[in-house]
Amino acid sequence: MPDHPALQLHIPEPKHRPGEAADFSHIRLPKAGSVERPLITTSAYDIRELAFQLIRVLDDEGSPKGAWDPGLDAETLKRGLRAMLLTRAYDERMVRMQRQGKTSFYMKCTGEEAVAVAQAFAFERNDMFFPTYRQQGLLIARDWPILDMMCQVYSNSGDRLKGRQMPVMYSSREAGFFSISGNLGTQISQAVGWAMASAYKGDTRIASGWIGDGATAEPDFHYALTLASVYHAPVVLNVVNNQWAISCYQGIAGGDESTFASRGIGYGIPALRVDGNDFLAVFAVTRWAAERARSNLGPTLIELFTYRAAAHSTSDDPSRYRPADEYEKWPLGDPVDRLKRHLVAAGAWSNDEHQAMLAEVDAQVRDAGKQAEELGTLNHGPRPDVRTMFEDVLKEVPWNLARQRKELGL
Amino acid sequence: MPSMNMVQALNSAMDVLLERDPNVLIFGEDVGYFGGVFRVTDGLQKKYGRQRVFDTPIAEGGIVALAVGMGAYGLRPVAEIQFADYIYPAYDQLVSEAARIRYRSGAEWWCPITVRAPCGGGIFGGQTHSQSPEALFTHVCGLTTIMPSNPYDAKGLLISATEDDDPVVFFEPKRLYNGPFDGHPDRPATPWAKHPMSEVPEGHYRIPIGKASIVRPGAAVTVLTYGTMVHVSLAAAAETGIDAEIIDLRTLVPVDIEAIAASVNKTGRCVIVHEATRTSGYGAELSAMVQEECFFKLEAPIERVTGWDTPYPHAFEWQYFPGPARVGEALRRVTSDGGA
Repeated sequence: MPDHPALQLHIPEPKHRPGEAADFSHIRLPKAGSVERPLITTSAYDIRELAFQLIRVLDDEGSPKGAWDPGLDAETLKRGLRAMLLTRAYDERMVRMQRQGKTSFYMKCTGEEAVAVAQAFAFERNDMFFPTYRQQGLLIARDWPILDMMCQVYSNSGDRLKGRQMPVMYSSREAGFFSISGNLGTQISQAVGWAMASAYKGDTRIASGWIGDGATAEPDFHYALTLASVYHAPVVLNVVNNQWAISCYQGIAGGDESTFASRGIGYGIPALRVDGNDFLAVFAVTRWAAERARSNLGPTLIELFTYRAAAHSTSDDPSRYRPADEYEKWPLGDPVDRLKRHLVAAGAWSNDEHQAMLAEVDAQVRDAGKQAEELGTLNHGPRPDVRTMFEDVLKEVPWNLARQRKELGL
Repeated sequence: MPSMNMVQALNSAMDVLLERDPNVLIFGEDVGYFGGVFRVTDGLQKKYGRQRVFDTPIAEGGIVALAVGMGAYGLRPVAEIQFADYIYPAYDQLVSEAARIRYRSGAEWWCPITVRAPCGGGIFGGQTHSQSPEALFTHVCGLTTIMPSNPYDAKGLLISATEDDDPVVFFEPKRLYNGPFDGHPDRPATPWAKHPMSEVPEGHYRIPIGKASIVRPGAAVTVLTYGTMVHVSLAAAAETGIDAEIIDLRTLVPVDIEAIAASVNKTGRCVIVHEATRTSGYGAELSAMVQEECFFKLEAPIERVTGWDTPYPHAFEWQYFPGPARVGEALRRVTSDGGA
């Protein structure tokens, strides 16, 4: 028998756990502006290095740098800032309401606001989104009423989804925001189907799908990449790498071995990796990918490198699995602060204006909150008509459901 | 009226659908240029082009996901899963997505997709090319599950399924593609040409979803069955001389409860026949429904004749397959004085 070494099983483990100091010094951060911006016609092979880079526009002082600077005007950026602040204020209120027992569950996107908001800004209003549960910023950036979102979270009489979905599983056909599923990953392959349909019809609209770092291990992610590649689907596929899938760090999904963006390379899909907390970079990268899709150049994979600053959900306690100071140590900072610093540095914004905007979005959330609560909360006040529980399973109510409705006495 | 086998009838259905509605697309593994491993999509790509009839990678979950996304856009995709045995990777997309989208979105979106899958054994397919997984789908609210037993129904039902605004899982008993197999593998195969249900109009027609068909009226016992077992049950009735009323359910969900109740209340006896394994099979649901609807008219225990609770064995196909002899024994037991 040859003298082989004993095999060793590798189980990935994050660098630090509760009680230890967080340290992200191993993360390689290219300087803002240092990564090239290729033409959208460049082949995936020729830009494969970008899947291992990190596209950044804003430097530490808030100055935009390099070819990826999208050159957005101050008014657009202020709208972006406002949408991020509104998203944050909305999240804060809904968590408080959950703590008060007004709903069962909530999920914040704190620290990831630039992902959804800047991406929504980079698409056309009628492009179609297939989001996960942490892209509420897409709806807010498309000026979808937060009152409607609150009604969904409360499953109240104003809930268009008739109390059927867990909180935050929004749906808005009007806002081009597909019904959210709690089954992770399923939406990203559907986005490819929608995009193919749009291409088949000779439409001009494109689709975009989102998935988290954890769910990239699901087959749907690989279906999406294969199918988008095979059929050159006009779709933008986004991996939001927020480092944590509930309690599992991104290494459990394979992120230690290679970047999530690099998954695209094997499929021949151009893949970009972007600082997800940099509004300008996220916008620029997304616009680049959207232009490719719209020009019949096919799909792009984007990894948005960010950090889930809050708990996974109101049912989660991250202090049990990650160091308490992780977010403080996170090297890419806070997307709101960074955009604000940029606007201030550009002379387009002041602290006073910022405080005024904060007060304004708080008031907006408060007003909407009051209106929503008049329409009911999960356990109090008006609710959807319980008879509707038996509707929409199929287009017509089948005999078994008609009988069961009767059995319930309705 | 032309005579068609089931392959030709299904092909004709898709031809009609493609011709009438530019939103109908057809795709799956080997369905494009080649026309499908069972030839069901033969010639359709040539006639309608690659954009409308195309090959997919081997990715059943992805195939159904594409259909769901296309359905959300407004198309009416018809996806083929090459064998029903391969449908499991698509289960999440069917159960958690296709079947739920109308409900969970408050009917903002729906899923007008049809997923075709050849099912059943009797072709020496072993355990991965012979399964009848219909019960895994009949258990799922929001899905319509269909299994035709003859060319005429197959075409009319596939047209109805495709034009339906909700997701349909459409099982095609592959042993019936070329002839009405009665469960006697040792006898020469009968082609569809001699069967009245092989007369299939070339144009558009529908068979309504949710309507059973009485394929043999009778007074002694009701047989509830579908797919290949319709023909096996007919053979069993003929061979035993028992005056069985044989009901081809055609649609399993939503099932034609009125037809079932009317027949069993008339005969007072019921045998349920399916090829799928027994435990938690669709026959269990049928049995429960008959008990709920007809208990006071029942004169004998309900019997089930099914595949055994084993994987489909390659070498023992005909010991596994619930053929006419087993169905006949059940008919005798259920109709004999003193019951079973």
